[in-house]
Amino acid sequence: MIAGRKTMRQIVLLKDIPDLTEIKVDSETRAPRVEGVKRRISDLDKRALEAAIRLKETVGGEILALSMGDDKTRTAMLEALAMGADAAYVVDEPGFRGLDTNATSIVLEAAIRKIGEYDLIVSGEMTLDSLSSQVGPRVAELLDLPQLTYVKEVSVGGGKVKVVRDLEDADEVAEAPLPALITVVREINEPRIPSLMNIMKAKRKPQSVWTAQDLSLDPAGVQAMSHVKVLGVTAPKMERKQIKVEADTVEEAAAKLVLHLVGEGVIR
Amino acid sequence: MRFLVFSEDPEVGAQLTGKARALADQTDGEITVMTTGDPALCFKYGADRVVRVDGLGEFAVEAYKAAAAQAVEAVTPDLVLIGATRRGKELAPRLAAALRVGSMTECTSVDVVDGRVVVERLTYGGSTIARETCTSSPTVISVPPRTYEKPEASDRAGEVMKLKVTAPEPRVKVLERHPKPKASADLESASIIVSAGRGFKAKEDLRLLEELAEALGAQMGCTRPISADLGWMDQWVGISGKKVRPSLYVACGISGTIQHVAGIRDSQIIVSVNSDESAGIHSISDYSIVGDVYKVLPALVKALRDRA
Repeated sequence: MIAGRKTMRQIVLLKDIPDLTEIKVDSETRAPRVEGVKRRISDLDKRALEAAIRLKETVGGEILALSMGDDKTRTAMLEALAMGADAAYVVDEPGFRGLDTNATSIVLEAAIRKIGEYDLIVSGEMTLDSLSSQVGPRVAELLDLPQLTYVKEVSVGGGKVKVVRDLEDADEVAEAPLPALITVVREINEPRIPSLMNIMKAKRKPQSVWTAQDLSLDPAGVQAMSHVKVLGVTAPKMERKQIKVEADTVEEAAAKLVLHLVGEGVIR
Repeated sequence: MRFLVFSEDPEVGAQLTGKARALADQTDGEITVMTTGDPALCFKYGADRVVRVDGLGEFAVEAYKAAAAQAVEAVTPDLVLIGATRRGKELAPRLAAALRVGSMTECTSVDVVDGRVVVERLTYGGSTIARETCTSSPTVISVPPRTYEKPEASDRAGEVMKLKVTAPEPRVKVLERHPKPKASADLESASIIVSAGRGFKAKEDLRLLEELAEALGAQMGCTRPISADLGWMDQWVGISGKKVRPSLYVACGISGTIQHVAGIRDSQIIVSVNSDESAGIHSISDYSIVGDVYKVLPALVKALRDRA
């Protein structure tokens, strides 16, 4: 662990996102309707928290959950506390709505600096709403930390974090000195479901809400650093032929399908 | 507009250079390609200028970020295109953060409209497409492999700038590398894929899929439950697994969840075999047979073999 402290402190970056299975598409505009959809902690972020809890179970220390959101985010934070986080921090600032990844990371950097010392920052490889995979590496850059992405196994010891990274062509075993930042993939674990007892206890764990002022940030200045603009979001229909291949027997149907595929030029 | 292109994978680098060439021709712009390899290859696929980086070695994100940041300073691009391999996807945001600029991940289309870059990318678990633009200069984007085809080779030539990178000792140390089996690594570039879902009742039954794969010369994939939950196969197809773009995708006993469909969206022809007439997969298929995989697959194998 870093000098001066004997126990490990982990910060887990969490985002609550609309429940993807609940999103309906407007049949006229093809736009997704996100308003009013129940929000949950993004699946990979929950796995990041689970990874942190398992590390704590072996080496001890404390886990701080950090999120940027609104008053609804505090519900998600209760779930994180029930799973095993020791304290939760939510940056809830009306002036910070709709920020892009650049501005979001700058806000998170300020919040992490306010928290102070830490050994390991853990987050999901991406959040499933924006699919951007940016916040982890950006925060690592802003805090000048080594980063280990796509982690599917992790351990700590001797002042280092050691991981197995899931890359396209290889599994890579790598290590970095603490403090460091890791992002996790789905394969790393199955997140626990908190017990009723722990859900009750979560309400008594410390929760802090920070505004721009608490972080010494100017909302207008932060908005000016939000460069990416979303022009529109639609759920396009997949334009497919939808031809049902029917025949009296399975054999005939199979033969007809093969003829179609030859006609399409996709088999020879 | 000025473009800077980089991928640690030369194939992907060539694809992005080809796309950047088209955008540069449209905007009367110029392209610089950053490479650790042979500059001649970069010119061949459309570079006007090459930044040749020496002394970097194996990919390490901090060192490559330092190199890319130096290249950005030298050529002041409007748009930086990085190949969205996993390595590229950890490089792009780290570079963007160092420059304090905007970045857009895994852009499936890239255009310049009124002098500004406009991209499309998947959001909400892959069920929607967002159109996005960015006001910062430069803007950093990542583009998935095979989004654009590698261009025809040209006999272009140009200036080679040598860049000596002043990167600190890497803090991340790679201890071991275990290459993945070739078959699963190839799924994303396979031209025919046959894929299994929960319509298969037992692992042994996957031999039906194997026979079909053999008859078609296909690679095999599966849905997430078959791989992650049951452990019957290595790699699954879907938004959290492999995103594939074959000319032919045959979905066998697959219901067609949003997450799976997002991974096969770019297939040229989708065929579904599922005994449930109301399964969602049929409505996003070009051809479907409503029937039991245990009966249809052997019949399909026979029909393919009879032809040969």
